[in-house]
Amino acid sequence: MKRLFSILSRYALAFAALLLLWQIGAWTLGPYLLPAPLDVLHAWSAALRGPDLPGHILSSARRVVTAMLLAFAAAFPLGLLLGCRRRLDRVLSPLVFLTYPLPKIVLLPVFLTLFGLGDLPKILLIALTTGYQLLVVTRDSLRHLDARCLDAFRTLGGTPAQLVRHVLVPAALPDAMTALKVASGTAVAVLFMAESFATRKGLGFLIMDAWGRGDQLEMFSGILSMSLLGLAVYETCHILEKVLCRWKTLEARR
Amino acid sequence: MGSLRVTDLGKDFPSGSVLDGVSFTLEAGASLAVIGPSGCGKSTLLSLLSGLTKASRGSVELPETCRTAFILQDYGLFPWKTVYDNLVLPLQLKGTGRRETQVAARAMLEEMGLCGLERRFPAQLSGGQRQRVAIGRALIARPDLLLMDEPFAALDAIARERLQELLLALWKRRAMSFVLVTHNVSEAVFLGRYIMVLRGRPARPALWLDNPCFGSDSARSGAAGAAIAERVRRVLDKGSSSEAGQ
Repeated sequence: MKRLFSILSRYALAFAALLLLWQIGAWTLGPYLLPAPLDVLHAWSAALRGPDLPGHILSSARRVVTAMLLAFAAAFPLGLLLGCRRRLDRVLSPLVFLTYPLPKIVLLPVFLTLFGLGDLPKILLIALTTGYQLLVVTRDSLRHLDARCLDAFRTLGGTPAQLVRHVLVPAALPDAMTALKVASGTAVAVLFMAESFATRKGLGFLIMDAWGRGDQLEMFSGILSMSLLGLAVYETCHILEKVLCRWKTLEARR
Repeated sequence: MGSLRVTDLGKDFPSGSVLDGVSFTLEAGASLAVIGPSGCGKSTLLSLLSGLTKASRGSVELPETCRTAFILQDYGLFPWKTVYDNLVLPLQLKGTGRRETQVAARAMLEEMGLCGLERRFPAQLSGGQRQRVAIGRALIARPDLLLMDEPFAALDAIARERLQELLLALWKRRAMSFVLVTHNVSEAVFLGRYIMVLRGRPARPALWLDNPCFGSDSARSGAAGAAIAERVRRVLDKGSSSEAGQ
């Protein structure tokens, strides 16, 4: 409880500092370029009670969460496979590393053409971007796995499936969760880009639409919502990491 | 279990041969302490006995029904598993039922003095406690042959002596054999019914001793134990001086 209070008070302090900087910026630039934080907070809380903003938030949250789950479900097992099967890794790694530096966001028009204008192309694009990071980190995590862990398991016997369950998954999970946390920022950025086109639902659309109409307060309400969505996704990953990899935290404290 | 029979065992690595001409027979229920200078191939010998490494020549014969357990040098505990989960892993891997596993785990926790620590992770344990978990995990599947690679090397003197006594007590309660690799002469004299000294490059058996003081107070403080320890030391010293002279 004390720890939770400490975390919350640190967040509150950082939030207050941010508001102060924002206020200074608003005084300097004027309300048309940068509206004052209290005005935005007021407009945001009013919009939250209105019919539109909650719908946009829910659409964006659904897309980003589905995409990250999809990325984890596909990239983590593939990373495990590449990390522990050298021969397969030799075949597939060049393909992965050749396509890794490609900014996936440029594929948005291709995805819209291939998968239509619904949620699918947006979700796939976010999943592809975050999945790559997860795949590379998971693979590397197992490539650098302490050989003594494998020796210890071999001394106990056990099948390859048991090796995956008892050793490979828990060994790779902390790095994968860190990658997921880092990728959550990218996921929200890609979400914004993906929602800027061919949709009328989502925070990306809301921000760009308000910007086009010159409605600064609504635009900043959208930006604030997207920031909070990013924070929520990041913190969820962080909490999951703490729960699933509790032993890692204890090791770090030693 | 029947005897462990090792015949003319040898192992070559690309960097050279590390072990050669190792032959011995260990009857069921006996203990063997293998001692030698650091890096001489003692751990390789255990890997060969356990089947983790393939021999370049020679053979290791064990009865088909023999169950082997191996305690690695750094305990070999999985950091992501709690004490309980580490302990019961061999049973889980064999597909033992939940109820039977719980009963065996409870008994082993009591026997190893680990009650109350079940939910802790290895990172929350002392070196001695971690070693108890490693021994408990090795013994929970009731092995016929226990292989140990310098199991007490990282412990302080008091914890080391306590665990040596615990190991001896466990060995007396079970009809099992064990092979212990150590670089500690006193430990070899206390725990080895037989003592084998490895020496040279590649390492070969330089001495095989039948140790009458093993497991007794005289191994630690008596004249007979001191004489055996002295004999082992002389063979080891001879090896190191001839290696230094090469």
